[in-house]
Amino acid sequence: MQDIKILAIESSCDETAAAVVVNGRDVLSNVISSQIDIHTLYGGVVPEIASRKHIENINPVIEKALSDAKMTLDDIDAIGVTYGPGLVGALLVGVAEAKAISFAKDIPLIGVHHIEGHICANYIDNKELEPPFICLVVSGGHTHLVVVKDYGEYEILGKTRDDAAGEAFDKVARAIGLGYPGGPKIDKVSVDGNPEAFVFPRAKITDSVYDFSFSGLKSAVLNQINAAGMKGEEINVPDIAASFQKAVVDSLVTRAMTALEETGFKKFAIAGGVASNTAVRSEFEKECKKRGISFYCPSKILCTDNAAMIGSAAYFEYKKGVRSDYHLNAIPNLKLGER
Amino acid sequence: MKILAIDSSSMVASVAIADEKITIAEYTINSKKTHSQTLLPMIEDMFEKSEIPKSEIDYIAVAGGPGSFTGLRIGCATAKGLGLAWDKPLVKIPTMDAIAYGVFGVEGVVCSMMDARREQVYAGLYRFVDNEMQTIMEQKPVEVRELIEQLNAMGEKVTFAGDGIEVYESIIKEAVTTDYVFAPTHTNRNRAAALAALAVKYIEKNKVISAAELVPDYLRVSQAERERNEKIKSQA
Repeated sequence: MQDIKILAIESSCDETAAAVVVNGRDVLSNVISSQIDIHTLYGGVVPEIASRKHIENINPVIEKALSDAKMTLDDIDAIGVTYGPGLVGALLVGVAEAKAISFAKDIPLIGVHHIEGHICANYIDNKELEPPFICLVVSGGHTHLVVVKDYGEYEILGKTRDDAAGEAFDKVARAIGLGYPGGPKIDKVSVDGNPEAFVFPRAKITDSVYDFSFSGLKSAVLNQINAAGMKGEEINVPDIAASFQKAVVDSLVTRAMTALEETGFKKFAIAGGVASNTAVRSEFEKECKKRGISFYCPSKILCTDNAAMIGSAAYFEYKKGVRSDYHLNAIPNLKLGER
Repeated sequence: MKILAIDSSSMVASVAIADEKITIAEYTINSKKTHSQTLLPMIEDMFEKSEIPKSEIDYIAVAGGPGSFTGLRIGCATAKGLGLAWDKPLVKIPTMDAIAYGVFGVEGVVCSMMDARREQVYAGLYRFVDNEMQTIMEQKPVEVRELIEQLNAMGEKVTFAGDGIEVYESIIKEAVTTDYVFAPTHTNRNRAAALAALAVKYIEKNKVISAAELVPDYLRVSQAERERNEKIKSQA
């Protein structure tokens, strides 16, 4: 079988990324230009600034992805691009660029769902992993518990009713003075904290065993901090961070394990930015092992937003004959499993 | 020499293929449809109908700003993608210059203006002398009334072009004291054919850039940046 080489482009949030991926599993190049320094000045991602940075960075990033892979566009079989969900202005840069390259060189174009990309990051780092399995996607913008029925076929079991898990990390980190981005910072200070120091609530959704909610937890943490402030007490940052992180991890693990028990799947994967969190990884590994379930996770670099995962997802769509035309638009609230 | 020109800086989506002598093809749509969906299909259609092979394009000209931030980025990302894929140079043309070039040859002053909201416009002032367009005032964001005062002080006949006319028609009618006309409908909005014609002048002077170099001139910082700068200033 002939190798299928895909050039992938991702610009849905604050990383401008391009990659070349062969047959959906082998990464020849993976270039990520992060804008984190500039957004840190504003305490979070500013959409207009992100869009401006994308247009500055996109050509050098694509050129580097090609040169790192020792290829030119003439070697490329298809172009994959994230068209949602994400920040619309940011997505549009990648989409317009990908369409232009596709048209200029007559290379087929494939619009890719960002979350599908995160899930597919697992295929890159776990060569033996094949559907079906259950995947938990946790990031700054998403918290989805998904059955991966086949390549490109998904059933959403549960999702967050309010804040995404990563969003809760960011908000709590800001409140305890750790700043942006919250995930890695809480992860780091939690190492020195006592996760049992505070008992924060684990929200239950009455009509769904698989849906998540993190806004109550976030409020409880903020109340704790305010209460300490009123009494003039100093807050123990590592303890608060560790206790909060434990509450998030418990919520995630409980639902995922219930899903595995109910459905009987023997394979479980995590994906997305929060999947690079140390406590999340170790807790899931432990709980899966206990139940005889194979646990998969991408390397940390493939947990963050990147284009290699988009190249993987595009490959499986390509094999099914999916092609996008030049009317492809950015869809900020694109649902998983929709085209 | 063939040029592909793209302007998606305003409501209008306009694309053209031209050489030094004629406009070979032009496709202009003034509708509410998003440029993201229309721009590339228009380019594709234009190549197909004109039967110009893509390989014959030597330069890509693009309206480089000002304009709608998103519109500019769609046009610029398209131009950058084409330039990268074909390995061809780009010509970045100030949006207001291209609009003014559309009314080539008129007497007096040309004022091109696009709506920048809150009684502001992006505007440039030009004059045609010896078959060349001269810039009197480089494009910039300006209060409509301040711009009109400047025109009144010049006391010359003014030709207005650009979508700012529609928005500020009543202010212009009330406040302009000199002779003026509004450009007719075929030249009162952004047209890629005019952009391509002006690009020929740029190419003659070798004023071209690489696809990687192209970034839009927004002429305005983002709202978040402006608020941050104000905060820093007030604290200082």
